[in-house]
Amino acid sequence: MKESELITIDHLTKVYPTGTGGFKALKDINLTFQSGEFSGVVGPSGSGKTTLLNIIGTLDNPTEGKASVLGRSVNDLSSKEAARLRNHHIGFIFQTYNLLSVYTVYENVEFPLLLLDYSSDKREKMVMDALNWVNLADKKNFRPSQLSGGESQRVAIARAIVKKPELILADEPTANLDAKNSYLILEIMEKMNQELGTTFIFATHDDKVMKSLKRTISLEDGRVAGDDLAKA
Amino acid sequence: MIRFLIKGLLRDRSRSLFPLITVTIGVALVTLGDSWVDGALVDIIDNNARLETGHVKVVTRAYKEQISSAPNDLALLGTKDLINDLEKEFTNMEWTPRIRFGGLLDVAGEEGVTIRQVRGSGLAVDLSEGSKEIERLDLNKILVQGHLPQTSDEILLSPGLMENLQVEVGDEVTLISSSMYGSMVIHNFTISGKIRFGIVALDRNMMIAPLEGIRYALNMEDAAGEILGYFKDPGEYDKNLTASMKEYFNKTYHNPKDEFSPYLLTLRDQNFLNDILLLYENAMGIFIFIFVLIMFIILWNAGLMNGIRRYGEMGLRLAIGESAHHIYLTSIAEAVFIGLGGSVIGTLIGLGFAGYLQNYGVDVTGMLESNSLYMSNVIRARISGSTFYIGFIPGVLATALGAIVSGRGIYKRKTAQLFKELEV
Repeated sequence: MKESELITIDHLTKVYPTGTGGFKALKDINLTFQSGEFSGVVGPSGSGKTTLLNIIGTLDNPTEGKASVLGRSVNDLSSKEAARLRNHHIGFIFQTYNLLSVYTVYENVEFPLLLLDYSSDKREKMVMDALNWVNLADKKNFRPSQLSGGESQRVAIARAIVKKPELILADEPTANLDAKNSYLILEIMEKMNQELGTTFIFATHDDKVMKSLKRTISLEDGRVAGDDLAKA
Repeated sequence: MIRFLIKGLLRDRSRSLFPLITVTIGVALVTLGDSWVDGALVDIIDNNARLETGHVKVVTRAYKEQISSAPNDLALLGTKDLINDLEKEFTNMEWTPRIRFGGLLDVAGEEGVTIRQVRGSGLAVDLSEGSKEIERLDLNKILVQGHLPQTSDEILLSPGLMENLQVEVGDEVTLISSSMYGSMVIHNFTISGKIRFGIVALDRNMMIAPLEGIRYALNMEDAAGEILGYFKDPGEYDKNLTASMKEYFNKTYHNPKDEFSPYLLTLRDQNFLNDILLLYENAMGIFIFIFVLIMFIILWNAGLMNGIRRYGEMGLRLAIGESAHHIYLTSIAEAVFIGLGGSVIGTLIGLGFAGYLQNYGVDVTGMLESNSLYMSNVIRARISGSTFYIGFIPGVLATALGAIVSGRGIYKRKTAQLFKELEV
C-alpha cells in the first residue's frame, strides 16, 4: 500500500446468506482510493453501493478478498478496534440525517467528541468550528424537530467533520433534499475537501452529486462497471 | 458522557417516564403487599397468642392429646409451684394460668324456672392486682358496657350470648358445667359487663370470668388447664427460640411415663397454626415471586420494544465509534437508574399506603361471619424492616434483567444491520 493510498480493496466479494444459498452483493471488487479524493460510487438501487460503503466504514466484513482502510485490514479488526477506527478517523453522513431527536444541535455535534474524552473547552471549540463550517452556529440550541431538511443534513455534516476525520462516507446525502439545499451542502463538502483535505466517498445516484465528483465509480450488479477519473 | 446520557434519558419520556411509572407501580404493590401479608401474619400470631395459645403453653400430656375439648379433668395441679419453676427457668418470659371451660348459661324467670339456656365457651383468667391479663386481653378496650369483674362471682359476656340470653349488665346467670372431678356444678354469676372482641368467632358465645371464681366453681384449687407463657418483650417472639424452649423443657420436666406431667407446646404446635403460618409465609414468597415474574415480563417487553425502537440509535452510536460493549453497559446502567428511581418512589408510595393501613386497617367483618379462626375483623398492614427494601429486589432486578436480555440484540445483530434499521 502506497503512502497516499487511503483505502485498498482487493478481490472483494460480499455474500449475504439467503435461504437459497446466498446473495452476492459485491463481486470481485478491486479499487484504490487516494487521500483527499472526492469520489462517488454510483449505480442503481441494489447495485452494491451501500454494501461497499459499509465495508469501507468497517460496519461490515468482506466474505472474500481484502479491504484495507487507513492501513488497517478490515478483515482482521475486532469490533472494538473497528469502533476505535471509526471513532478517530471516519465520519458518516446518511440520507435520513439520523440526528438524535432528544438532543440539541450542539449536543448532536458534540457526541462523537464525548467518546474521545476531550475536555469540555476543547469540545466547545471544535463543535463551534464545525457549526461555523455549516453556518448553523446560531441554531446550536435548536432541536432537530425545529430544523428544515437542509439544516438537519448540515448538522449531520457538522457531526461527521467535528473530529476532523481523514475519511467521510456519505450515503445518498442529498436524496431527501431539494436542489437548493443539495447544492448548498455539496458546496460545503467540496470546500472541506479542498481546505481540510478530507477524503469524501459518496454512494449516490443523484445527478447533482455526480456532477461535482472528481472520480466516479460505477457499480452494476455488484461489479465495477466503470471508473471515471476524467474529472480528477 | 454520563451527563449526556442522563440528559437524553430525562428528555426522552418513552425511555424514562413510562418505565419509571411501570416500576413505581410494581414496587408500590410489592411494598404494600409485603406489609399487608406481614401485618396479617403478625395479627394471626398476636391474636392467637393473646387469646389462646400464648407464645408457649404448658399442659399435661393427657390434656394435650385432647386439647381441642379443653378437658379440665386432665388439668395441671400444683400450678403455683410450676409457675415458680418456669419463672426461674425462663427469666425472659411471664407465665399465667388459664382455664378454658364450657357449659350452659341459664337464665331463670321470676319463679326460678329456666326461661332461656345457651351454650357458651369461657375463659377464666387471672384478674387479680398485678396480673397482666387485663392488658393482654385488652379488656378495658373491649369492654363496651359495665365494668370488669371486681369479685370472683362476676362475669363478662359477649354480645352474642347477651342477645341470645336476653340479659343485661347486672342480671344474674347460672353456669351449669362439670367439675375437675366429673361432677355437675351449678354456680351463679352476675354479669358485670359486655365485651366485644371484634373477632366474630369470639363475639358469638364467649365469656370471661375471674380465675378464682372458676377455680372455686369447678373445684380446681391450685389447678389450671393451661399455663401460658409470653415473652416479656413480644418482639422477641421467634419460632426457633420457642422450639428450643420446648426441647429443653420437655427433656427436663416431662416424664413420658406420667401422662399428667407437664408438657410444653409452642404457638405453632396449636390450632394448626404451623400450617397456617407456613401457608402465609409461603404465600408471601409466592406473592413476591409472581410480582417479580410479572414485572420481569412487563419490563422485559418494555425493554425489548424500547431496545428495538432504539436499534437505529444504537446503530448510529456504533457508526460514530462507540463500542457495542459500551452501548450495552450504558443501556443496563440506564435500566438500573430507572429501576432505582422507580423503586425509591414506589417504596415511598407503598409505605404511604402501608402506613395508612397500619393505622386504620380494612374492616373485613363481612368476610369473617362464618370464620372460627382468631382473626381480627380489621386487617392491618405492618411496616417492618423488609418493607423498606423488598420492592428494590424486583424493581431493580427485573428492570436490569429486561435491559440485559433486550440489549443482547446489539451483539446478535451485525453492525451494518443495526445501521440499516436507522434508515427505516
